Amino acid sequence: MANIFDILGPVMVGPSSSHTAGAVRIGLIGRQLFGRQPDKASVYLHGSFAATGRGHGTDKAIIAGLLGMKPDDLRIPDSFKIAEEMGMNFVIEPKELRDAHPNTAEIIMESEDGRKLNLQAFSIGGGRIRVNRLDGLDVSFSGETNTLIVKNQDQPGCITDVSTVLNLCGINIATMQVFRAKRGGTAVMVVETDQVVPRSALEMLEGRTGIIKVTFLNVNEKE
Amino acid sequence: MSYQSIEEAYARCEKEGIEFWKAVQLEDAEERDVKEEDSWKQMKGMWQAMLDSIDTYDPALTSRSGLVGKEGGLMEAYREKGDTLCGDFMGKVMANALKMGCNNACMKRIVAAPTAGACGVLPAVLVTYYREYGVPEETMIEAMYVAAGIGQIIAGRAYLAGASGGCQAEIGSGSGMAAAAICHVKGGSKEQLGHACAMALKNLMGLVCDPVGGLVEVPCVKRNVGGAVNALAAADMALAGIISQIPLDQVIDAMKEVGDRMDVSLKETGIGGVAGSLRAQEVLRAME
Repeated sequence: MANIFDILGPVMVGPSSSHTAGAVRIGLIGRQLFGRQPDKASVYLHGSFAATGRGHGTDKAIIAGLLGMKPDDLRIPDSFKIAEEMGMNFVIEPKELRDAHPNTAEIIMESEDGRKLNLQAFSIGGGRIRVNRLDGLDVSFSGETNTLIVKNQDQPGCITDVSTVLNLCGINIATMQVFRAKRGGTAVMVVETDQVVPRSALEMLEGRTGIIKVTFLNVNEKE
Repeated sequence: MSYQSIEEAYARCEKEGIEFWKAVQLEDAEERDVKEEDSWKQMKGMWQAMLDSIDTYDPALTSRSGLVGKEGGLMEAYREKGDTLCGDFMGKVMANALKMGCNNACMKRIVAAPTAGACGVLPAVLVTYYREYGVPEETMIEAMYVAAGIGQIIAGRAYLAGASGGCQAEIGSGSGMAAAAICHVKGGSKEQLGHACAMALKNLMGLVCDPVGGLVEVPCVKRNVGGAVNALAAADMALAGIISQIPLDQVIDAMKEVGDRMDVSLKETGIGGVAGSLRAQEVLRAME
C-alpha cells in the first residue's frame, strides 16, 4: 500500500518515474550489489525501455545509477560524459528478453580483476523496482531494505549456516526466499534483514562449505 | 492502514475534532511509525522541492525529442504584457504549470504529484497562490497533506498511473488533489474540499493517456495547464457553496470503472488518441 510520500514524491529528475527514476534505481542497486563502480557495464533494454528509453533518458539514468547517483541527482542528463571521466566503459543495446516485464533492463557488470555480476530488474512505476534475476537465477526483491544474497550449492545445511551466522551477529531476518535452478544444482537465498550484516559475517559465510558467493545490499551505505 | 474512503477520513475528523489534513498526518505517522514532527519535516521538504523546481525552469532548453521546452517562457512573456483572457493570476498558474511540465520533459528535478507527467498541476495551483497572496507556509504544508491524503484514497480505490487508468488517473487525480488542497488554503471545510475534488475529477473523467511516441511531452505538458485551471474552477465552485451531487468516493469508483473499460490503445501505449495522429507519426519518423 502506498504511503503519502509515494503519492507526493519521489523528488526526481524527469521525465518518467518508471522510465527514468526507476532506471536510476536499477543502476544504483546493480552498483551496490557489485560493491563498487564496475569498470565495464553492458546494459540491455527490453520492451518499452527499448522502444521509448532514449526519449525518457532511461539509458542515461541506468548509467547514472551505476555511477552511484540517486534519482534526484541533477547530473543524470550528463551521465555518459561523467562515466567517461570516471573510467567506466559501457555499451547500451536493445535486447528481446523472454517473458520479461515491459520495463526490464539486464546489466552485466565487470571489473578488471575478473569479477562479474549479471542482474535483471524491472521498473514497476513510482520509481520502485524489482530485481528478478541475478547471475542467471530467478530471484525477487525490491532493494528497498537491507538484503543478503547467498549463492550456494543446493545441499543440506546451507540455510542453517546462514541463519546461524545471522543469529550470532544479532541480526533479525525480515523475509527469506530460497530459489534453485535444479535439485542439487545452484541455489540462491534472498534474505531481507532488519540490521546491517557486518563484513565479518559475510566473510564467515563465504568460508562455509557449499556457499559460492555472498553479496550484501546495504541501503544505508554512504559512499 | 490508510483511509479507504473520504467518509472514513471524515469520520476520524469528527471523532477526534481534527481537520482533514491532520487526519492524514496522523495516519502517516501511525502507518510508518514516525513522529508527527518528522512527517511534517518530510512534507516540508516536498514543498520546498516544488518551490525550487519552478525556479529552475530554463526557456532555452528543449526536450530530447525537441517537441517541448519553451512553452513556459512564451506564456510568461505573454502574461507580462498584461492582456491575458484569463487574468493575471490565472496567467501565472498557466505559466507555472507549463514550466513544471517542461522541467520534467527536460530532465530537471521535479516532485511527482502524483506522477512525473502530472507534476505541474499541484505546484501551479499552490506555489502560485502562495507567492501571490503571501499565505503562511504552514498553511501550504497542511494543503500538501490534503493533496496527499486525497491521492492516497484515489490510489486505494482506483489508480494513479496512465498505463492503468488513462490520463484521468494522472492529470485528473492531480487536479482533484490540487482542488482539495487550495480549498483548504482558502478556509474551506472538509466537506467543501471533498466537493471540490469530486467536481475536478468529474470534469476530467475519461481523459485518455495518448503520449506521442510514448514520451512524457505531448500532450502531457499542456494537460498540466488543463488540470491546474480545472482545479481552481472546481475549488471556486465548492467555496461558492456548489456541491457535487455525486459523493467523492462514488466519483472515484466511477473513474475506476471508466479506466477499466478504456481501450488499451488509450493507456500510455503511444497507439491511440493524438499519439496515433498523422503528425505524431511524422514526428516519430523524424526522431529515428
